Amino acid sequence: MRDQLPAVVSLLPFGMITGAASTAAGMDPWLAMGMSIIVYAGASQLAAIALMAQHTPVAIVVLTVLVVNLRMTMYSAALAANFREAPVMRKWLISYLLTDHGFALIMAKFKPGSTALHRDMYYLGAASIMWLSWQMMVAIGIFAGTLVPVTLSLDFAIPLVFLALVMPALQSRAHWSAAIIAASAAAFTTAMPLKLGLITAALIGVAVGSWLDARDERIKRASRAAA
Amino acid sequence: MIASDWVAWATVIAAGLVTLAARASFIVMPPGTRVPAWLQRALKFVAAAVLPALVLPEVLFREVPTGDSVNILRLIAALLAMAVAWKTRNILVTLCVGMAALWLLQWQFLIR
Repeated sequence: MRDQLPAVVSLLPFGMITGAASTAAGMDPWLAMGMSIIVYAGASQLAAIALMAQHTPVAIVVLTVLVVNLRMTMYSAALAANFREAPVMRKWLISYLLTDHGFALIMAKFKPGSTALHRDMYYLGAASIMWLSWQMMVAIGIFAGTLVPVTLSLDFAIPLVFLALVMPALQSRAHWSAAIIAASAAAFTTAMPLKLGLITAALIGVAVGSWLDARDERIKRASRAAA
Repeated sequence: MIASDWVAWATVIAAGLVTLAARASFIVMPPGTRVPAWLQRALKFVAAAVLPALVLPEVLFREVPTGDSVNILRLIAALLAMAVAWKTRNILVTLCVGMAALWLLQWQFLIR
């Protein structure tokens, strides 16, 4: 269990900020805690809290949460082979507990030789500890939220955590282009009606990344054929 | 203010369901299911596009000093944090350096 200490420690401020953000937005503590347990994905919780505080239509809030959490499908794809033999109910539990932090830890620690049951239990053990730490920190954040002075600019911690999460994902020119284009698009679309700016920016970024990636792959294949 | 009515709870439950669907997608999919190549390719870029799109408006347009169009101090602190994140790949270190940089910059340029 010592493996997970760094991952858990870095979760703590993120959880507290998420809890504090819900209190700052005037959210009922039970609703805030319910969201943390039902959704269990910090980045999307923060996005949803900000939108709900501005009375955004439900469909836009849910669509934004989906877009923010679509990256989980990548993690799901990367881990699927490890859990192929698990019973169906366990697969759903494994899925519910899947997070950025958990994924990073599991990918680093899974050994190819281990048995399926051993892998399941290692994952579920580690992921449960993360789940519990997260919920506790959100609860602390909800109640400490009103005590944190605004002058400390603690909301800046949110973009900082996202920056730290995205840097390892920028592995190629196509990834960098997707990131830069999406960020610029988001900065220019903040005035879009119904807060659709984020979704638009994300779609543009994904489209540019995919297009460059497909082009790079074609070029690589052509040069290999020529050689 | 967010009302704690049935609409808010329905929003949260729907948000939870779409999130679970994203997480479960490939794990519960029966083996051998084919996913279109374009979709697989697009999914590779979701994290790289969504997270920066969340970050930049947060950095530029929060607590903007009167008379300015963007928050330049936050931008500087964020760029520094980006470099640290790139080097260390550590969330906690990035968080500490970024916050310390912002506090230092604000103390230097806003308070005095």
